Amino acid sequence: MRIDLRVPLARARGLIALPAGAILLAFIVGAVVMLVSSPLVTGHFDPSLPLRTYAAIVEGSLLSVNALVDTVVAATPLILVGLAVGLGFKAGLFNIGGQGQFLMGAVASAAAGAALAHESPIVAITLSVVAGVVAGAAYGFIPGLLKAYTGAHEVVTTIMLNYVGIQVISYLITGPLRAQGASFARSPDVQNAELPAFLNVGTGHEAHIGILVILVVVPAISWLLYRSTTGFEIRTVGANPDAARYAGMQPRRLVILSLTVGGMLAGLAGAIEILGVSGYMPAAYATNVGFDAITVALLGRATPGGIFFSGLLLGALRAGAPLMQVKAGVPVQMIDLLQGIILFFLTADVIVRYVFRVKAARAKLDELQTVTRSYGSGTGKP
Amino acid sequence: MTSSPGPTVTAPALEMRGITKRYPGVIANDRIDLTVRPGEIHALLGENGAGKSTLMNILYGLTRPDEGEILLDGEPITIKGPSDAIARGISMVHQHFMLVPVLNVADNILLGAETMANRVFLDRDEARRRIRELGQRFGFEIDPDETVGRLSVGWQQRVEILKALYREARILVLDEPTAVLTPQETKEIFAVLRRLAAEGHSIIFISHKLYEVLEIADRITVIRRGRVVGERLPAETNEEDLAELMVGREVQLVADRGESHPAGVLLSVESLDVGDDRGREVVHGISFEVRAGEIFGIAGVAGNGQDELVEAITGLRRPAAGRIRLGADDVTMADPRQAHEHGISFVPADRHRFGMVTSFALADNLVLTDYYAPPYARRGVRDDAAIAARAEEAIREFDIRTPSATVTAGTLSGGNQQKMVVAREFDRDLRLLVLDQPTRGLDVGSVEFIHRQTVRKRDAGTAVLLVSAELDEVLELSDRIGVMYRGRMVAILDGPTASREHVGLLMATGGQETSPGAPQGAAVPGSAPGGTRA
Amino acid sequence: MLTGLFDIPVLGLVLQLLDFLLNVVTVNGPVILSLATPLALGAMCGVISERSGVVNIGIEGMMLASAFSAWLVASVAAQAFPAEPGFFFGVTPALLIGLAAALATGVAFSLVHAWLSISIRADQIISGTIINIVAFGVTAYLDLLLSRTSQPSGGKFLAFAPPQALLDLPVIGWLFRMVLAQGPITMAAIVIAVVFQVLLFRSRWGLRTRAVGEHPKAAETVGIDVIRLRYQNVLAGGLLAGLAGAWFTIDFGTTFQTGMTNGRGFIALAAMIFGRWHPIGAFGAALLFAASGALGTAIRTTPPPGQLGEILTSIPEQVFSALPYLVTIAVLAGVVGRSVAPAADGQPYEREATH
Repeated sequence: MRIDLRVPLARARGLIALPAGAILLAFIVGAVVMLVSSPLVTGHFDPSLPLRTYAAIVEGSLLSVNALVDTVVAATPLILVGLAVGLGFKAGLFNIGGQGQFLMGAVASAAAGAALAHESPIVAITLSVVAGVVAGAAYGFIPGLLKAYTGAHEVVTTIMLNYVGIQVISYLITGPLRAQGASFARSPDVQNAELPAFLNVGTGHEAHIGILVILVVVPAISWLLYRSTTGFEIRTVGANPDAARYAGMQPRRLVILSLTVGGMLAGLAGAIEILGVSGYMPAAYATNVGFDAITVALLGRATPGGIFFSGLLLGALRAGAPLMQVKAGVPVQMIDLLQGIILFFLTADVIVRYVFRVKAARAKLDELQTVTRSYGSGTGKP
Repeated sequence: MTSSPGPTVTAPALEMRGITKRYPGVIANDRIDLTVRPGEIHALLGENGAGKSTLMNILYGLTRPDEGEILLDGEPITIKGPSDAIARGISMVHQHFMLVPVLNVADNILLGAETMANRVFLDRDEARRRIRELGQRFGFEIDPDETVGRLSVGWQQRVEILKALYREARILVLDEPTAVLTPQETKEIFAVLRRLAAEGHSIIFISHKLYEVLEIADRITVIRRGRVVGERLPAETNEEDLAELMVGREVQLVADRGESHPAGVLLSVESLDVGDDRGREVVHGISFEVRAGEIFGIAGVAGNGQDELVEAITGLRRPAAGRIRLGADDVTMADPRQAHEHGISFVPADRHRFGMVTSFALADNLVLTDYYAPPYARRGVRDDAAIAARAEEAIREFDIRTPSATVTAGTLSGGNQQKMVVAREFDRDLRLLVLDQPTRGLDVGSVEFIHRQTVRKRDAGTAVLLVSAELDEVLELSDRIGVMYRGRMVAILDGPTASREHVGLLMATGGQETSPGAPQGAAVPGSAPGGTRA
Repeated sequence: MLTGLFDIPVLGLVLQLLDFLLNVVTVNGPVILSLATPLALGAMCGVISERSGVVNIGIEGMMLASAFSAWLVASVAAQAFPAEPGFFFGVTPALLIGLAAALATGVAFSLVHAWLSISIRADQIISGTIINIVAFGVTAYLDLLLSRTSQPSGGKFLAFAPPQALLDLPVIGWLFRMVLAQGPITMAAIVIAVVFQVLLFRSRWGLRTRAVGEHPKAAETVGIDVIRLRYQNVLAGGLLAGLAGAWFTIDFGTTFQTGMTNGRGFIALAAMIFGRWHPIGAFGAALLFAASGALGTAIRTTPPPGQLGEILTSIPEQVFSALPYLVTIAVLAGVVGRSVAPAADGQPYEREATH
């Protein structure tokens, strides 16, 4: 696969050394947390708990075809939403709204899928996916518009919209979209809009065709960022919005564009989850994809190639989590904690350097300065 | 005052011996010796990057020297930080004022040396009283309650000096104190400095302006590339001698700009009103014209509407009223892209903020304003080969010193960064060149290079609009000079015949003190109505 | 007295709404003030930190972690030192220990934020996000483990009982009820807001804080230790966030639920911006946000009579649940352009001497 051949090899090495060190340290700290909390897990102090936990994760994510499929299926939305967050970073925006955009995409495709449940699969699938993408795009467009024209910082508005999204979905699923005769509040099955599986059919570990989208989207976003003039504009706005304005670019348009395209990607992820995995939308959809995606994007240094690999890594953690809970008794929330710690060591790279004697240059996301700079004071005026 | 009064003032108040400071790749200070006597105004002369600032940062405790010692009244001391320096009576007025704009005068002066009513609360009444008293003693009365951001630069400088006096400084370092002042304000500050010296304060006066140094200093130390290259008394030297010491070769003090041969009017600005970010009108009814093949310089103290005027012409800011025409085209409402396509090139004052993206490769920065058009892109797709070829060409032609075209622009030196911006903006099909502070903070070599290129563009028939807070630069390059004062163009003068004093007076007062009919410099044919005092 | 006008079409409806809103505010005054407490404390955590130039979006996580530790520690301490609620605010040793744990947790998390954003000069928004993710992860993990053993509650502080005569005063009685019939954390928040406001503008610490947030280099050149001052302020902010966290589990409620802060840390940030980085202003904004939340509850529990009631009850309840978030967005969009952050907010400070 050709992803980002433009990145020089030396830089790539630097990019890998620090994240790898950060992940390793996070697993060590996670092990300590499990050790300390082992009396609560098993009823007594259990020094083997961390090892059993990590073994279960590896088994559940890597050691069988089923496990590998689970990993890729779990990684798909993480990569897509990770790209949404990463694209925001490139434009100097911190899109914490991946969660809401994902959920809106999910509910829209569930609604479309239910309405088109008896159409031909091609029509049903296409239109349902489009519905999800459009809904996600709309939910990304709102904070983009607010940021561009009022200066309301996207960190706060996207989080607020995440909470608003939960209420919108609760209303839709308990109200107009509620399936008749279901034992709990959920939308009807999408039936013909379901994404067909091509591997492991009927095992509960199916590989649906949605995962193939990644093979198109990752190179496409990479092309957009590094080969197209629009990508150059997005990166310029992210690195220096004043210079972008000076150079005749339109920061407002680019801010809206970046968040809208991000919303499309997150909405697509939501549609794929509904149409490919669950088949319907419950009133309270439990997911942490929006926050996982932040880890994915930062771990991948906001580059599409990096996000691809870090998405697979986090997908493995998520795929291995259920077996971890069953075999070691450790709650899946451990994965949330591990992610936070990975991010911590990624940011506190001085520790990683000290422990592993890494000499790689500090790989900072320059665009991040814009995220913080624009905080509370709005974007540059046109 | 700890030193005994009387005529025996030969004992140095401050001695710096063998100060050495190395940075990776450069020696900023190489065994520098400096001796300052009580009551002496001691000038430290050197061009940008010669090591003056490093030396003073060492004295002020902001930087540690690698070698050398500092003696105060003959006692060796170590200075651990600014508070240490202040406690020993050393104060510094930085070139970029260290004032908090949103706080008032009293709070700025108090900061770090607070007068307390009790352990927690400030005694602002006592502070105000002392500030007024100090101001009276040194001949400038100031309102302690005025917000600093609303003061003119001249008065902000006085606040900086008051800050030092409030801390009972004995040794006062002033870093390029006149860089932003008009000649008149400079005179006033000089009077204050003389008064301070007469009261026994020692003053270190850092500058690269030769005539000022000759005027104010009791003694002059010249440094070049981190070394002391000479010490002079003003009476025993002259500008040529000092310039040669400072630069290390003979320099032409005035650029050879030659005769201009202007053609027809290219840029015409009519009754332009422009507002600032807060919506206040800061440019009022400005009219002027720039002809093809001439350099039109705008002189004025910073903050008199020049920035907004330039932004309006280059499309970064919408004018509130009036018209801007370029040849036959109306560009009043053009955005930056349209202005660019009309042939307006712009070298912005703050190159880090506007002119470049420090994290991008040099090659990408060289196409920052042209990235979207052939040959660098076609139908929205970049042509990396064309961009790389352009970079190689620009690096060669504009002598940009860089290991390659792929290094990030932030790693280049200031002079090379500006050459990069100049290469991009000068080397294209253009009609109007707008230069805003094009040589601020650059070394003499880069300044000469940019001035030569500017004159070359003029001679090739480009209209050049030059804005600079450095009056010397405006005088040196301009064929005609417009003076801006409080948002108005108060005079338009002939460049070669305009006098420093006269332009300075106009910058400082807007010419209010000259009665109508008094000489205003040579009248210029073709200057627009309203171009002289509205 | 207005009721006579309620039948006028449209205008009457508006008057009914105003009447209802007035009622919600006066009747629910004490609840609104209590609900505003974590928002106000969180917002002041933001103010103290950002006035010195450190952006803190980790308030949510700090509050969540503190809420958890207050609950857990109070619960454990209650079993170790069983005691009857004290006369004053229903204080027990367990509650005080829980409160101390919350404050310590807030400070611990803010120390991480301070170290990341001040010492190693990481991006401050990323640093805050790490705080939020770690706090959510660790509390969710431990809460789930603890729920297997059903941890008993450690109780909670009680509201102060002001003399009935004061509450019965005509016209202003409700005001006394609102301010005085409160738990200790709410009362502390009021006192803190006033003291903080005065200190910020009249004390040496306040002057230095504002200078460091606006122009750290200027502060450094007059001998102020920028790094140290920022540390102090961020840690003090941690205390405030810790106090806010304690409100959730030992003042307002008695149990912990996963993710129970529900975005209040971010609403607090909006309150800080709306209050223009002033402690009192932030408190006022917090009251507005809390009132918008109380409105939804009031409509569900005690809808107004008549036509207005019909209209309001026909609106899906989710609209009112979403109201605080929507108000936050609206306020940000409407206010942010005119509200100016400290000039150096979010910019790491690097001493000149280091290079």
